[in-house]
Amino acid sequence: MGQYDLPDARGHFGPYGGVYVAETLMAALDELKAEYARAKADPAFWQEYHYELKHFVGRPSPIYHAKRWSEKLGGAQIYLKREDLNHTGAHKVNNTIGQALLARRMGKKRVIAETGAGQHGVASATVAARYGMECVVYMGAEDVKRQAPNVFRMKLLGATVVPVESGSKTLKDALNEAMRDWVTNVDSTFYILGTAAGPHPYPMLVRDFQRIIGLEAIEQMQEMAGRQPDMVVACVGGGSNAIGIFHPYVDVDGVRLVGVEAGGDGVETGRHAAPLSAGKPGVLHGFRSYLMQDEDGQIIETHSVSAGLDYPGVGPEHSLLKDIGRAEYVAINDDEALKAFEDCCRLEGIIPALESSHALAQAAKIAPTMSKDQIILVNLSGRGDKDINTVAGLMGITL
Amino acid sequence: MSRVAETFARLQAEGAKALIPFITAGDPQPGLTVELMQGLVEGGADIIELGVPFSDPMADGPVIQRASERALAHKVGLRQVLDMVAEFRRTNTTTPVVLMGYLNPLCAMGYEAFARRAREAGVDGVLTVDCPPEEAAELSQALMDQDLDPVFLIAPTTPAERIREIGHHARGYVYYVSLKGVTGAGNLDIDDVARKIAALREEIRVPIGVGFGIRDAETARALSVTADAIVVGSRLVQEIEAATSETAKERLTRLVASLKAAIN
Repeated sequence: MGQYDLPDARGHFGPYGGVYVAETLMAALDELKAEYARAKADPAFWQEYHYELKHFVGRPSPIYHAKRWSEKLGGAQIYLKREDLNHTGAHKVNNTIGQALLARRMGKKRVIAETGAGQHGVASATVAARYGMECVVYMGAEDVKRQAPNVFRMKLLGATVVPVESGSKTLKDALNEAMRDWVTNVDSTFYILGTAAGPHPYPMLVRDFQRIIGLEAIEQMQEMAGRQPDMVVACVGGGSNAIGIFHPYVDVDGVRLVGVEAGGDGVETGRHAAPLSAGKPGVLHGFRSYLMQDEDGQIIETHSVSAGLDYPGVGPEHSLLKDIGRAEYVAINDDEALKAFEDCCRLEGIIPALESSHALAQAAKIAPTMSKDQIILVNLSGRGDKDINTVAGLMGITL
Repeated sequence: MSRVAETFARLQAEGAKALIPFITAGDPQPGLTVELMQGLVEGGADIIELGVPFSDPMADGPVIQRASERALAHKVGLRQVLDMVAEFRRTNTTTPVVLMGYLNPLCAMGYEAFARRAREAGVDGVLTVDCPPEEAAELSQALMDQDLDPVFLIAPTTPAERIREIGHHARGYVYYVSLKGVTGAGNLDIDDVARKIAALREEIRVPIGVGFGIRDAETARALSVTADAIVVGSRLVQEIEAATSETAKERLTRLVASLKAAIN
């Protein structure tokens, strides 16, 4: 499609994005924007970022041809981008490394983060330990219960985990509380935002640090299959893993981009977390985008088996990609995601995160309708060790 | 002249400062809000800031978060808030009412429809916490088309060039945030605020109110030396929280009267 160079100087992706925060944070966001502009132009910054990704994270993450599963489905070949093999077990660390390097450049000794499934919290705690920074992670009280192993991992890494008891006690409330901390400690603190959302420059920043996924994939697909996939599939909560793999493909012709939202009990039931499928544009957490809201503009509680997708908004760039038709967005229900989770374990020997299982389920749904010489690349954004309690619970098993 | 401008002009002529109490509409229950607004006026309120409940009040501390949650439990949204203002206007046509809240409920209603309905209800100004001037052009235009004042925040972190820019957009009054933090926080530095307000006078033509973290008459008095208006919110909401439906109005009136006495 060409000429895709967004956001604009004020952080707009078409009608989405922007900076909708209280006045107290405006100066800090301007400072971050200015520092990132300097870092972006500094080869030494990217050199260190890539060094860390190679030696600390273990990149590049491989691409794996899921042959048995593909054969069973009888259609398109499914390839997996193995972000689950990263240090800390998900794509989140690509971004936390980048932001921690920025924090260090800015002389900030304290970092804060919000987390849903706990993956971003763990990735933040990890880089804070790595660079010797104090780390406070805000996590919805409901998620603290659902994701006990990750809570303990964060504590082992020296972070303070603060359970958030307000609102629906999930990711959105953790984000509110992180913003409140930031507004109070704005001089000393760097906010490591975990998804490609929030006020400008965060959606751009997070995307730029996650683009490595798609950039590697373009090279690796060429090597492995001699061509690019027909379709790239990724799950979308806030949308950081999806924008990371989509963005380098936006200008590649002939590659369909499919984002998979959490359908929960089913979009038709209203109990889901699929703003692109069933929401409308509004403003929350500092940016304009599709949101799950009622007719009064109050944010609706979300429902998903996966804590990491349990968010009522979505990164602004996804809203634009939807509107201009460059990416398609669909919803996968809890039960479909769980089926894909099990299939991936049994057929491929990989325990995927429940978030990523939504993308796997969409691939499994669509593959049989495609021919055997077509390729679907799925971003396997994280591993599922953190989810074994949830899945066991659903099976009626106590660990 | 708008009701807000008239109020400040009258106070200035009297050599007095404005007291701007804040309560959340619908807290503790919708049936009580108009009565509480009347109680604020009886106690000496010059302008009322009426909070529009929102599910995700990012800039608010725990006290106003709870007020929002209580109001939302009674399904109080923007439409109900406008009805309350209209009802208040049946008995009071002089005290300005400024709505304070977050942008999304306004987006959901549509800026033009909101501005028209707010004007019809008798609203005088609108302060949208999460809509800085950079993003406010469309909303501000809709408000000014209906002779409503867009009120903006200035923070301790706002640099000089932004202060000028905000001064250019502000109508009615500006709201100086007295501390880095959320509403109701406890780290206010009176001398620092006084210096900042004096500096703001260079760039800001409209009256300057100050709020966030003003909990007692003594602090209100000290800040009223430099500011044109004192905004008190969390402390009043705490009073409502501690009262019963029967005693809330009386307790609020008494507290507002003590604050009003302190600043004049």
